[in-house]
Amino acid sequence: MSVNPELQGRVFPPVAPYLVGREKVREFSRAVFATNPINHDPEAARAAGHTDVVAPPTFAVVVQEATLAQLLAEPDGGIDFTRVVHGDQRFSYTRAIVAGDELTATLAVTSIKSLGGHSMVTAESTIVDASGAHVVTAISTLVVRGDE
Amino acid sequence: MTPAAPIRAVTELTVGDVVAEASFALTRDSLVHYAGASGDFNPIHYRDDVAQSVGLSGVLAHGMLTMGLAVQPVVDWAGDPARVIDYQVRFTRPVFVDATDGAAVTVVAKVGAVDVEAGIARIDLTVTFNGATVLGKAQARVNLG
Repeated sequence: MSVNPELQGRVFPPVAPYLVGREKVREFSRAVFATNPINHDPEAARAAGHTDVVAPPTFAVVVQEATLAQLLAEPDGGIDFTRVVHGDQRFSYTRAIVAGDELTATLAVTSIKSLGGHSMVTAESTIVDASGAHVVTAISTLVVRGDE
Repeated sequence: MTPAAPIRAVTELTVGDVVAEASFALTRDSLVHYAGASGDFNPIHYRDDVAQSVGLSGVLAHGMLTMGLAVQPVVDWAGDPARVIDYQVRFTRPVFVDATDGAAVTVVAKVGAVDVEAGIARIDLTVTFNGATVLGKAQARVNLG
């Protein structure tokens, strides 16, 4: 089975809200070697003008993950998980993620291209806060290897 | 209280300036830690037998771990993680993490472009493992305003 070209332009239902915990931010920070006090210490974060500890720039992937799971599970999508390789990743922020944020992600498939027998699927997850204001857009390009 | 470290004004930057350099020693423990923290439990990141069954020589680091650590020297230079307003990479080569010796990943961060009016610098990252770059088009936009 190959990737269904009709996926292009499809917008998925928003996933359940993700509540950003302070300890999760610290745990993720340690895992990516983030040692800045603003990632770990609420006092340091407040001194820099934030309401709580600030997540590292790639933390949005944790929130995005549920939307990519939706994409891979789409019944007519034709994306074989075992053939998927992560090609590109981008995060574009309106503001940083801080502990206490309740974030909701909505996925749209913006592009499907064929390249040398492989399919390149670009999926954009728009992440907003509890007020509906934009926080970050996470964009992944997945390379789905074709039949060999 | 630890206030954010002072940062350089965008007007002081010149394209090509090296703003930060760092080296990271990854071990299998790092990968297990990242798996737990991120929720990415793909076994190619902790089981050699599974990695080998899909044609890899052994366990490799999560691309998102490499992406995540590579921007940290930029965060520390900028003084605040919130100053990184855009960050993108292309995953071009795997970082194999040896069970005994681990893997050393080095990062060099250079000024790629400066938008003085907007107060934004584009910092380009060269991320290397075993003498070869592992990320392509690795760029962070940093708000220095």
